[in-house]
Amino acid sequence: MKLELPLAKAKGLGTSGEGSHHWWRQRLSALALIPLTLWFLFSVVNQLGQEHFVVHEWIADPFTAVFLILYSIFMFYHAQLGLQVVIEDYVHNHGIKMAMLLFSNIVLLLFGILAVFSVLQIAL
Amino acid sequence: MRTRPLSPHLQVYRPQITSVLSILHRITGVIIALGAIVIALWLGSVATGDPWYSEFSVFLNSLLGKLLLIIWTLCTAYHLCNGIRHLAWDIGYGFEIPQVYRTGKLVLVFAIVITGGVWLL
Repeated sequence: MKLELPLAKAKGLGTSGEGSHHWWRQRLSALALIPLTLWFLFSVVNQLGQEHFVVHEWIADPFTAVFLILYSIFMFYHAQLGLQVVIEDYVHNHGIKMAMLLFSNIVLLLFGILAVFSVLQIAL
Repeated sequence: MRTRPLSPHLQVYRPQITSVLSILHRITGVIIALGAIVIALWLGSVATGDPWYSEFSVFLNSLLGKLLLIIWTLCTAYHLCNGIRHLAWDIGYGFEIPQVYRTGKLVLVFAIVITGGVWLL
């Protein structure tokens, strides 16, 4: 029995209408986050107890700044994709689900921009 | 609509390393996302200037702050290692049951080793 229209089959996008876009982006951001997270974990902990000027100088270093920006972008993006799946899987009321998706997207966008903007302000 | 019992009946389902690690991946993911907000605030405090930074620093270096940071590190290390396990599955490796158990235990060991390394080195 065929449950798919020929047009749907040709488009190949499935019920989400987005095809494997979300799945693929989640994997690519995960791949990028492997080295970035290891770098972040091992370098940021040493900064936690330091004086303000020491941390400021550390972030102002071009290599640190670039890695921090990359880490922030990929982490917040990956978090958005992941939280979306968790909300879609566990929240079944359509209205509450939409509200939670909107809320998580806005919060992550806000703090993602705060992270990137802060690093730029320190480094530039 | 008549409510019917939902599979997989979690309340009578015996926890196994496979199912526990699977749900831990999601739980740690949500905790890491919350921690990401703290990271953004920390970067913001450095950019804003010293009084803000110092105040935030006092909290992060307190007993509660340290505890939360170590939990966040453990969650990140676990999610990272188990994420690599997931990526291996995505390209078709590690599906045999003995392998699933072995890599699952390996992920737990590595998560603890990485957390220890980060905080003790």
